[in-house]
Amino acid sequence: MSKSEHNEKVFERVRIFHKKKLFVYWLFILCACITLTVRLGFLMIMAADDYGSRAIDVQERERDIKAARGRILDINGVVLADNTTVCTVSVIHSQIEDPEAVIAMLCRELSLSEEYVRGRVERYTSIERIRSNVDKETGDRIRSYGYAGVKVDEDYKRYYPYGELASKVLGFTGGDNQGIIGLEVMYEEYLSGTPGQILTVTDARGIEVPEEGERRREPIAGDDLVISIDANIQMYAQQLAEQAMVTKEAESVSIIVMRPNTGEILAMTNVPEFDLNHPFELNQTGRLLEISISDNEMTSEERQDALNRMWRNGCINDTYEPGSTFKIITAAAALEEGIVTLDEAFHCPGFIVVDDRRIRCHKVQGHGSETFLQGFMNSCNPVFVGVGLRLGVERYYDYFEQFGLLTKTGIDLPGEAATIMHKEENIGPVELATISFGQSFQITPIQLATTVSEIINGGTRVTPHFGVCTQDAQGNINHIFDYPVTENVVSSETSETMRYMLEQVVSNGGGRNGYVEGFLVGGKTATSQTLPRSNGVYIASFIGFAPADDPQVLAIAIINHPQGTYYGGQIAAPLVRQLFENILPYLEIEPYISEEQ
Amino acid sequence: MPNKRRQFDYSLFFITFGLLAFGLMMIYSTSAYEAGREFDGDAAHYFKRQLLSTIIGLGAMWGVSYIPHKLYRAIPWWLPLAVGIGAMLMLLTPWAHTAKGATRWFYLFGSSALSIQPAEIVKMMIIIFSAKMVADYPKMMQTWRGFAWIVGPALLLGVIVRALSNNLSSALIVIGIGVVMIFIASPQYKKYVIAVVLAAIAVVFIVIYFSQPIDTSDMEFRGKRFVAWLHPEQYSDDTAYQTLQALYAIGSGGLTGKGIGESIQKMGFIPEAQNDMIFAIICEELGLVGAVLVIVLFAVLIHRLIHIAMRAKDLHGAMLVVGVMAHISIQVILNIAVVTNLIPNTGISLPFISYGGSAVIFTLIEFGVVQNVALDAKL
Repeated sequence: MSKSEHNEKVFERVRIFHKKKLFVYWLFILCACITLTVRLGFLMIMAADDYGSRAIDVQERERDIKAARGRILDINGVVLADNTTVCTVSVIHSQIEDPEAVIAMLCRELSLSEEYVRGRVERYTSIERIRSNVDKETGDRIRSYGYAGVKVDEDYKRYYPYGELASKVLGFTGGDNQGIIGLEVMYEEYLSGTPGQILTVTDARGIEVPEEGERRREPIAGDDLVISIDANIQMYAQQLAEQAMVTKEAESVSIIVMRPNTGEILAMTNVPEFDLNHPFELNQTGRLLEISISDNEMTSEERQDALNRMWRNGCINDTYEPGSTFKIITAAAALEEGIVTLDEAFHCPGFIVVDDRRIRCHKVQGHGSETFLQGFMNSCNPVFVGVGLRLGVERYYDYFEQFGLLTKTGIDLPGEAATIMHKEENIGPVELATISFGQSFQITPIQLATTVSEIINGGTRVTPHFGVCTQDAQGNINHIFDYPVTENVVSSETSETMRYMLEQVVSNGGGRNGYVEGFLVGGKTATSQTLPRSNGVYIASFIGFAPADDPQVLAIAIINHPQGTYYGGQIAAPLVRQLFENILPYLEIEPYISEEQ
Repeated sequence: MPNKRRQFDYSLFFITFGLLAFGLMMIYSTSAYEAGREFDGDAAHYFKRQLLSTIIGLGAMWGVSYIPHKLYRAIPWWLPLAVGIGAMLMLLTPWAHTAKGATRWFYLFGSSALSIQPAEIVKMMIIIFSAKMVADYPKMMQTWRGFAWIVGPALLLGVIVRALSNNLSSALIVIGIGVVMIFIASPQYKKYVIAVVLAAIAVVFIVIYFSQPIDTSDMEFRGKRFVAWLHPEQYSDDTAYQTLQALYAIGSGGLTGKGIGESIQKMGFIPEAQNDMIFAIICEELGLVGAVLVIVLFAVLIHRLIHIAMRAKDLHGAMLVVGVMAHISIQVILNIAVVTNLIPNTGISLPFISYGGSAVIFTLIEFGVVQNVALDAKL
C-alpha cells in the first residue's frame, strides 16, 4: 500500500466522524440562530413598545406651550383678570451660527447686560431661556432678525384691566403664570389649564432633525372663574374706603360687603390696595416706609417685608379686638340661654367692679337706669359685663363654639387667621367681663361678619366665599362650587330679636349715622383702643345690614388708626350708610314703605 | 476527472457578495449622518473607504483562490505561529496606531488608509496552523496530546493578542477557532460535552453572583461591563450606554422597521454605529423581518461552508474550510448576542457588514482559500 493510499484510507475513516461532528456543530449553530431570533422577536415585538417609547424619550426634545390661564369674572361677567400675549425668548446652543451677532442683538433688544446674555448663549444646554414676559412687539422684532438658534415663543401674561380693584382678593401671578396670592393661588388648579408641548426629534447632540417634523400636543386653556364680587359695588366700596382713609388720615380702611344668607362676598377692600399689573412695585405706603427706613436703599429682605405687608388682606389675614360690635354675640348668647329679656332693668353708675377691678363705661357719668335693650342701644359696658358674668365661662365658651367663633370661617382665600381667644381654663371673672364687651381677644373682620350674619339670618352658619363657578371660554359651566352650611346655630326667635335690637340701635341708639332714608337698617358700632391702651390709637368700626327685617346685604367698615374723631358711630357708620344708599337701590332691594304713607 | 479547471463555487460567492453589498448599503445608511458632520459634509466617507477595502479584498480573494491550498501544508509547522506573533509584535513598532486606549492597528507605509489589524492575521494563521497539524497527524487528534497541540498554540496566540492589543474579543475568537477545529477533528465527544457543561455551570454562577446588588466603584472595566450587562438601566450613563441605545434601536424597529435610512439612533445616540453595533441599526431600519433575513443569510453561508468541508478532497482542505467556518460562525453569533444584550458587551464585529478594512480584506482572503479547496472538492 502506497503512502498516499494509506492516507486516503485514514481520511475516509476520519471523514465519517467529521461529518457527524460537522452535523453536531451545524445543529449547535442552528440552535444559536434560533435563540437569537427568539431574542430579537422578544425585543422587537414583545418589548418593542417599551424600548420604542424609551427611544422616543431619548430622541425627542420637548418645549412647553403655555396654556391660556382662565380669566376671573365678576358676578355680572365683567373681566377682572385677563391675559395678554407676551413672548419668551430662548436660545438653542447647538443651532446658533453667529453667536456674536445673537449676543449683540439680544443685548440691544432686551436691554440686558452683555455678560448675562453671553453666559446664557454660550452655556452648553439644549435650550436656555433668555427672558420671559417680553412684549409682543419686541418679540416680533427679534423674530424678524431671523437668526438661527433664537426662538421666540408666544405665551400669556396676566393683565388686570382695573389695576388696583380688589387687588388683595384677586391676587396676581408670577413669571410662570402661577398664582402667588389671593384667588389666583386658591383656584390655581382650575385656572392654570394643561400646558401643551412641541415635540421635536433631535440627534444625540440636541440638533433637530428637520425631516422628522414636529408633533404638537395642544394646550388646554384653564377655566374662567366666576366670583361673587360685583365690580361696581367693589369699586364704590374701594372709593369710599380711600376717601375715608384720606379724610381721617387713617392707616388703613377695610370694607366687606356680603350676603348674610349665602356667604357670597360682594366686595372686600383693604385700602391702600396695590396695582396688580405691577405687584412688585411698592405703593404709596410702601414708598413712605422706604423713605423712612433710611437714606439708603432697602435691603432685599426689608423690601420683601414691605411687599408682604402691602399684599396683606387685613380682612382675613389680620385679627383685631372687635370692641362693642361683639356685644351682638354676647346678647345673642344671653337671649339664647334665656337669662335676660329685653325689658329687664339694669343700672349703670358709669362703672362696674369685678373682683377688685373697676371697669368703666364709655359714658363716665353712667347711663343710670335702663332696660337691657336700652343698654344694647347705648352700648353700655356694665350691662354687658353683668350679662357676661351671669352666663359664666362654661356656657359662654360653649356658645363661642356653637357660633363657630373658634374655628376659621373657611373662606376661599389663603392665609385666614384664627381667632386668638383665652383658653377656657384661663378665663377668670375679669377676662370674662372684658370679653363680654369685645376686649382682650382678637378675631378677623371676616369672622365677625360671618358670625353676625348667622345671628341675623335666622341662625344658619354660612361659609363666606368668592368662588361661584368655573366655565369654559364659551360660558358653559364646568363646576359649581358649594360650601358647607350649618343650620340652627342660633334659634330663629333669638335671630328675630337680634334683628329688632340692631334695628333699634340704628333708628334710636348709637348707630344713628348708619340710618338710610327709606330702609330699615340694623347695625352696631364699635370703638376699640389698640394695645397698649395708653398710646391713644383707635380702631373705629361699624357693622350694618339691610333690610333689618329681611337682611339681604351686610357690610362691615373698619377704620384703623384714624386721626381726630375716632368713634365708630361718627366715622365708620356714615361709610356704611353711604354704601347702602348706593348699593341697596343698585341691588334692587325694595325700600321700606312707612305706615304713614 | 475532466481535465477542465473547475469553476468557482458560485453559491458561496454569491452569498458572500450579497452580504458584502448589503453591508456596504448599511454602512452608508448608518454612517452618512455622522460622517457628514465629521468630515465636512462627506457623508460617504466611511462608505468609500469600505468600498475600497472590499474591492481590494475581492481582488485578493480571486488571487488567493488560485494558490493551491497544499502550499499551506508544505510549510514548516511553526511558520504560521511565527507570522502571527510577528504581526502582533508590529504593534510595538512606531507604526502602531492607538485609538481609545487600545493599540490595535499598524499603518502600512505610514498611512491611515492602509491600516491593518494584526489580530485578523492571527485568526488566519491559527486556521492554517491547525489545518496543517490535523492533516499531518490525524490519529494524534484523538489524544490529549493532539488536543494540546491545537489548543495550546491557540491559547498562546490568544494571550499575545490580549496582551499586546488589549483586545479580549479577538483573543477569544482565536481560541474559539482552535477549539472548534479540534472538536471537528477529534472523534471524541466526552471531554467537549463535559467542557460545555462546566462552562454553562460557571456562567450560571457568575450571573447569580453579579445579579446581587454590588458596589462597582472600584471594579475594573471588564467587571463593570459584566454588571452592566445584567442591569443595563442602572448604568445607562456610562458602561451600558451603548448597549441600552442599541436596545432602543432594536425595539423601535418593530416588525418591519422604519425603512432604510430612517434610523434615529444612528444620529449619535449609538456611538460609531457602523462598527460593532450595525446590527442594531439593521433592526431599527429593516425590522424583525430584515434582521431575521440577515441571520438566515449567515446560516446559509455557514451551511455552504460545512457543505464544502464535508466534500473536500483531502483532510487538510476540509480543515481549512472548517477553520474559516468556525471564524465566521463565532463572530456572527457573538456579535448578534452582544447587540441584543444576551452576553456582555465586547467589541466583536459582524463579518462582511461591520465597518472595518482589515477585517473584510482578511475574511475575503480566507474565502479565497475556501474557494481553492472547493475547486477540487466533489461538490
